Amino acid sequence: MAQHAAKGARFQAVTANRLSDGEVVYLTDAHQWTEIFAEAAIADGAEAAEALLASAMPSDFELHVLEPYLFEVLEDAGAYKPASVRETIRAAGPTVRLDLGKQAEAGA
Amino acid sequence: MYRYDEFDHQLVADRVAQFRGQVERRVAGEITEDAFKPLRLMNGVYLQLHAYMLRVAIPYGTLSSKQMHKLADIARKYDRGYGHFTTRQNIQYNWPALDRIPDLLEELAEVEMHAIQTSGNCIRNVTSDQYAAAIAGEVEDPRIISEIIRQWSTFHPEFTYLPRKFKIAVTGHDNDRAAIKLHDIGLVVKKNDAGDIGYEVHVGGGQGRTPFIAKKMADFVPKESLLAYLEAVMRVYNMLGRRDNSYKARIKILVHETGEAEMRRLIEEEFAKVDASKMLAVPQEEIERISAYFAAPAFETLPAESAGFEAAKAEDADFARWVRANLVAHKQDGYGIVNISLKPIGGVPGDATDVQMDAVAELAAQYSFDEVRVTHEQNLVLPHVKLDDVKAVYDVLATQGLATANLGLISDAIACPGLDYCNLANARSIPLAQEISERFADLDRQYDIGELKVKISGCINACGHHHVGHIGILGVDKKGTEFYQISLGGAADENASIGQITGRAFTEETIVDAIETVVTTYTDERQDGERFIDTFNRIGMQPFKERLYAE
Repeated sequence: MAQHAAKGARFQAVTANRLSDGEVVYLTDAHQWTEIFAEAAIADGAEAAEALLASAMPSDFELHVLEPYLFEVLEDAGAYKPASVRETIRAAGPTVRLDLGKQAEAGA
Repeated sequence: MYRYDEFDHQLVADRVAQFRGQVERRVAGEITEDAFKPLRLMNGVYLQLHAYMLRVAIPYGTLSSKQMHKLADIARKYDRGYGHFTTRQNIQYNWPALDRIPDLLEELAEVEMHAIQTSGNCIRNVTSDQYAAAIAGEVEDPRIISEIIRQWSTFHPEFTYLPRKFKIAVTGHDNDRAAIKLHDIGLVVKKNDAGDIGYEVHVGGGQGRTPFIAKKMADFVPKESLLAYLEAVMRVYNMLGRRDNSYKARIKILVHETGEAEMRRLIEEEFAKVDASKMLAVPQEEIERISAYFAAPAFETLPAESAGFEAAKAEDADFARWVRANLVAHKQDGYGIVNISLKPIGGVPGDATDVQMDAVAELAAQYSFDEVRVTHEQNLVLPHVKLDDVKAVYDVLATQGLATANLGLISDAIACPGLDYCNLANARSIPLAQEISERFADLDRQYDIGELKVKISGCINACGHHHVGHIGILGVDKKGTEFYQISLGGAADENASIGQITGRAFTEETIVDAIETVVTTYTDERQDGERFIDTFNRIGMQPFKERLYAE
């Protein structure tokens, strides 16, 4: 698996896949799981990131999501976006079938 | 075709029921993911980037029209209207929900299909030649022994927890279309001077991060002893294969580290014991029973030439071009082997929609003795079509976007799912295949370039067979950005070879230009009648490197 979190990353978010259907989900500030990247909680700094990941680890979450992990996000003109191609594709869906995945659901 | 007996039916039904219970317990939180993951993998269920993926076995790449219709139904009902045919002659569904997979598997079982042996460290689904029983010069239909191997290997208790996965491929023809030398075991059906059937056995081939061409371990293992020989290979591997490092766990590493001669000695020592016990000697009547399922269809006696077919070619230039590229000579006069390209220009290699699958199933029922084949190059085949019917088949294929006339040409690339779907990938493969096919879309140019096998993998696991592409492309990740490495001179046929890397990798923006540079270097350098691989073998890497990295 490709490296998710770059060393020295400032901003990070927590993602996982949903147990029931494998859908990509993100941890929110309210400690809920959302399908929408824009609703993800963004941790500023390594310590905050570890705390955010730790909060995703309680065992009852295992019922809902699989293998939560941190990944780097970048700030771009006041908005955040995933740093890697991998996480960009996870957030949006396959780049080769724009009629499927989240692009289609978003009506993009 | 092989039909399930009562044992096969029971086996598959029991497995579906067992998996249903496991899924229910997982969803209810009664078992952890750590406990569940190996169970789902044993049933072909992977977790990919966006969803679960289910890999369905197509033993030795043979399907009936009823089975193909079912694959279409499943794409409609449980997925998003399409499936992806893979380099191991299987089909993958990209979007099934976990809790619906047991129902899906129950439907598959209705048509004698399953997802057993498509994952995990067991003996995987056996693959074979897509032209089996249709091509001239075949020693014997390779599916007979493939089916015997399937029955022996399915749920083999001793080989359920191997050091790593184990893949077997069989060809019944000296022209290898099943890439047997890139498998853990590759078999070539042979006939000895006495007229008996036996098998040449190659062991320890494979791709991934450490590619090897298999070593020939035996020239001729008699038919009745083959399972004993395979059991001996598996035992040596199971006992001595490394379990401490998954990167070194395949039998290719064991063969390499042990040495060919010592490996042969170990196998023969074990083989002598197993063979003497006669435990695995397949009874003659069982061989005959299975052979009967693969009896030749009732071919009509026809002239070698079809006037209607010749007239259609003369009238329709597109049809004539498609015939030239995609129709292969059949062993039976008046018949042809129809190759259906799943590589439309700009399309996703290996993908087929539910509607396309239904159309192919209907064509098989009407024109090809109810048979469809899947190729490891991610295309489909109608193996037995009367020349008189080829135009009618073509016309239907054309309405379905399935009549691309590019078999074996540069746009007929193999590509793994890559970073668009795969959890292991470092880079995307599919968009690159699409861009290359668009760059070389002009069919006349493709015919001028001639046979050229492009194979693209999105990571070093090499599902896209890049090591054995005439032009191989490997996607790599550098700090979250995609780069592509080129290798040249690989081959997956009877002259199997591992390609050599050209040098530093190219960016997403420059890789297609680099491929074009490789192709023009070949067309500039080639001599009369040379294919790309011939020119490469004659002139070597240097001229390509000079052009690729000229500043």
